[in-house]
Parts: sequence; structure tokens; C-alpha cells
Amino acid sequence: MNIVVLVKQVPDSSAERSLRSDDNTVDRGSASNVINEMDEYAIEEALRIQDAHGGEVTILTMGPEGASESIRKALSMGPDRAVHVLDDALHGSCALATSKVLAAALGTLSADLVLCGAESTDGRVQVMPHMLAERMGIAALTGARKLTVEGTSLTIERQTEEGYEVVAASTPAIVSVWDTINEPRYPSFKGIMAAKKKPVQTLSLADLGIAPGEVGTDGATSAVVEAAKRPPRSGGQKVNDEGEGGVKLVEFLASEKFV
Amino acid sequence: MAEVLVVVEHSGGEVKKVTLEMLTLARELGTPAAVVLGGPGAAAALVDKLGEYGAAKVYTGESAVFDDYLVAPKAAVLADLVRSVQPAAVLLGSSQEGKEIAARLAVKLDNGLLTDVSSLDGEGVATQTVFAGSTIVKSRVTRGLPLVTVRPNSLTPAAAPATAEVSPLEVTADESAQLARVVERKVEPKGARPELTEASVVVSGGRGVGSGDNFKLVEELADLLGGAVGASRAAVDSGFYPHQFQVGQTGKTVSPQLYVALGISGAIQHRAGMQTSKTIVAVNKDAEAPIFELADFGVVGDLFKVVPQAAEEIRKRK
Repeated sequence: MNIVVLVKQVPDSSAERSLRSDDNTVDRGSASNVINEMDEYAIEEALRIQDAHGGEVTILTMGPEGASESIRKALSMGPDRAVHVLDDALHGSCALATSKVLAAALGTLSADLVLCGAESTDGRVQVMPHMLAERMGIAALTGARKLTVEGTSLTIERQTEEGYEVVAASTPAIVSVWDTINEPRYPSFKGIMAAKKKPVQTLSLADLGIAPGEVGTDGATSAVVEAAKRPPRSGGQKVNDEGEGGVKLVEFLASEKFV
Repeated sequence: MAEVLVVVEHSGGEVKKVTLEMLTLARELGTPAAVVLGGPGAAAALVDKLGEYGAAKVYTGESAVFDDYLVAPKAAVLADLVRSVQPAAVLLGSSQEGKEIAARLAVKLDNGLLTDVSSLDGEGVATQTVFAGSTIVKSRVTRGLPLVTVRPNSLTPAAAPATAEVSPLEVTADESAQLARVVERKVEPKGARPELTEASVVVSGGRGVGSGDNFKLVEELADLLGGAVGASRAAVDSGFYPHQFQVGQTGKTVSPQLYVALGISGAIQHRAGMQTSKTIVAVNKDAEAPIFELADFGVVGDLFKVVPQAAEEIRKRK
């Protein structure tokens, strides 16, 4: 089973993040960038399926030059190779354009299974699997907390508001995983050394037959009009519990009409 | 006035609160038209409620394909409807399903998409809060109509009775919409508490709660306040409480009137899921915990003393 794992490099969510003041796109230059956390679970799942069923695991990333760092990190966990879609014209691409580019790249890879994280920590939009599935005419099984592969049939279990559901599809398909699905491995020293020699293919928009005007800020289908830092919350009251903390808490709730 | 399509979220024969919020919003943008997609017979129970909140029209699509397959058939029917109605805007709930339908609609219509919006004005400008609630962004769809998913609890639903004209839709779903087959749906008992993302009050516990057993304390306070129970990632990772109640990045985003954080330090990943709450209250024994920077009212103290006392005080006042 050939598996492609979508990996996105994102600004570290535990640090301060911002939008660029010139074009209101995510500032990827000043932030420290990491692999989107949920994608590590997708890589782990891919490696486990590879262990059981054979085949090749390929990392697919769209992103600027600096994303190659995350690609090496991803490869150090064990995948065989990577494809980096790299083109200056991609800067500022919206989700719709991104899905066009990724679908075109996936078209060159003949994957049986595409795996990705359920959401990225920068946009948290969760739309990519279904956008890709729609473009490629394949099934999307999203938010998996469990994935079972038997031959060409895929079954996932996913959390719902009411409980959970079991959803099935045949390959080729795209599956997004939640962070409850497994525990990602840490790259070993051997893995880190091996990753340096693994093939990373670079694809440009021209390679994919996409015109620069269809993507990036020019081709974006939505735009930020203005952005502002949210004013910090202030005026809060803090009391030390000296035996009356619970009562004071309820007094506050009552003053705000919650009790 | 052009119609504003509101894709109805419903469950167990009831309209979800976010739908009433969307109808309230839609009234300011045009003529609200609700779209109910569900299994055979799903719409009848919902029409009155939708009319009560201003739906002048209710499009109903009823077919077993909606229950048997994930979102693709819904997106197919909606795309046809949008093409024929040419609405002023399309609103969906910012739930997993709402976002997924919207994703497919965006591709089908080659239309921009904005998710998790808290407001949308007549000019098509939407407000979103990004980066763990730290940045407020105003944005607009620049190709096609405003296609947005609306974050629950962003506005207060208000009734505005209208007589809803029911307009049945023809449901056709080709094979490409029937690839992800639902094999089984399991409903887990959830008791009387409101749903986490829709609740007006959320009481969450963190690492400081110490054990799964101790979460009874969190539940008790939630029940006294009529709220839902949430948990921080640290509490979920420690096995104190199930993952579906996790608030924050990699969990749910909530925006209730009141958020009570018990034994939660307030790491940025947690704040990502609750920072837009209207009023925030925190109890933590560490006076330096970052949660206090957000809290409108904070108690520095032992939650095992403060919370039972607060519960007792609420009972006294009832």
C-alpha cells in the first residue's frame, strides 16, 4: 500500500504568532516553525500500516524554502521519501488554491492512501481532506481515532457529538487523523542520520501545470481586510482564598447574574 | 431581498442552537431560507421552530443517502440549490460536518470560504478570531458569494416568527458522493448536560483536579450552573476525563457566556479554545498561573476547598 502523508509546517503554537503587516498572511518568517503536531500522528499511522502491509511512505509538503527543515524532521521518523511543492508564487494561497496544488501533486504520486492531521494549529480550518477528496473524486474519512486497513478496504472510527461512528471506504481514499489515534515515535539517531540521505523531490507550479495567477495572494478566493491584536483582557480581580474564596466566587457570579 | 441560505444543524429531531443563531444573523443580510437535509421524515419536526426564528422558506431534502454516507451527498444537493437560488450568502455551522460540507461546496462552486466566523455584515465582511484568540481578523470572500461557517455562541438567537413555506428538494447523489459509507452510529448517553460547544456555561477541570474521581467536583459545579463540563489537554492526557470534552487546540473551541477554569494553568494551547468566552473565572493554587491574566475573577487557593464552598453557597442561594 503506497501512502502519502500531508505535512504542513506551521508557526509553533506555544509561541507568539502574528500576521504580516504588509499582506496580512501568516508570518512564517519571524516565528519558530515546526511540523504541525497532528501531522506527526498521521506519519506514525502511515509507518504502522507500512509495517503491516508493506509499500512506500512519501511525505508531501507545500511551503516555502524553510519547510525543508520540517520535511527532514518528518523523514527522520521513518518515511522513505518526500515531495516538496515549492514556488514563490504560492505565498498567500487560500485553502481552495492550496487544495488545487496538493491535488495536482497527489496526481503525480498514485497513492492508495493519503493521510493527514485532522487540523493544522495555525488555521484550524479542517477543510483540506474534503477539498482534496472533492477534487480527486475519492473518499474522505475524517477525524479518525482508529484506522483499520484490510486489503483495499479502510474503516475508521471517529468521535461525534452524540457518541462515535464507524465509516468505511475503499482505496484510494484520504484519511485525516486525530491525536487520539496513536503515540508518535521520536526520531532515533539512526533515523535522523538516514533522513539526510533520503530523496526529496521539488516540484514547481510549472511542473504541476498550474499558472501562478491561480494561486497565492493574486489567486486567493478570500482576503483579510484588516487584522488587529485582540486587546488583552484587563480589569480582572484576583483574591486569595482565606477561607471565603468559594463564597466570594459565588458573589461575583451572582453580580454577573450567573447565579 | 435575496435569500440567505442557512444549512440547518439538527440532531434527534431538534434544531441545534447554532442554527437559530444563524437564522438571527441571516435576517440582517436578506431573507432567511433554511435548508434541512436528513433522512426520510427528518424535516417535519423542525419546520415550526425554523419559522419561529424567521425562516421565510424551508428547503427540505430527505433521503437515506444523507444518513448512509458522509457529507458528500449534502454538498451535492446544496451546490445545485445555490446555483438555482443565487443566494446573498450561505451560512453553515462551524461544526466538523458544517466545515466539511462547506469545503466541498467551495470546490464545487469555485467559491471562497471563511470558517469560524463570529459575525458577517451586509457588505460580506466577516470577523474571525485566530491564533489562540490573540488576533481579530476581518475578512471577505473575494470569489463568489459569502460562504461562511458560523462559530456557535457568537450571537444571541432571537425569535422573529415567520410563516415558513416548505419547498421540497429533489435529492440526487451520484456514485462519487457515495464513497464514505457510515457503517454504524453509536449514541453514547450524555445525561442532561448541554453540549460543550453550545453551552452558555462551561466548567472545566485541569491537571490540578488530580484524578478522574475528583472530576465529580467539576461536574457538580457545572450542574449547579446548568453548564457543560470541559477538560484541559493535561487532564485528558492524564486520563481524568474523555477526549471529547477537551477544550483547546486539538480539542473543542468554546465561547460561552461563562467559563470556569478549575486547576487549569492556562497554557496557550488551552487558551486557544476558550479565550473568546465572555466572562472567565479561575481557581488555581498558583498565583502566577497565566489563566489569571484572562480571568475576570480569580481565586488563588485550593480548589478542593474553594469549589465545595462555592457549590454550597450556590445551593443556599437557590
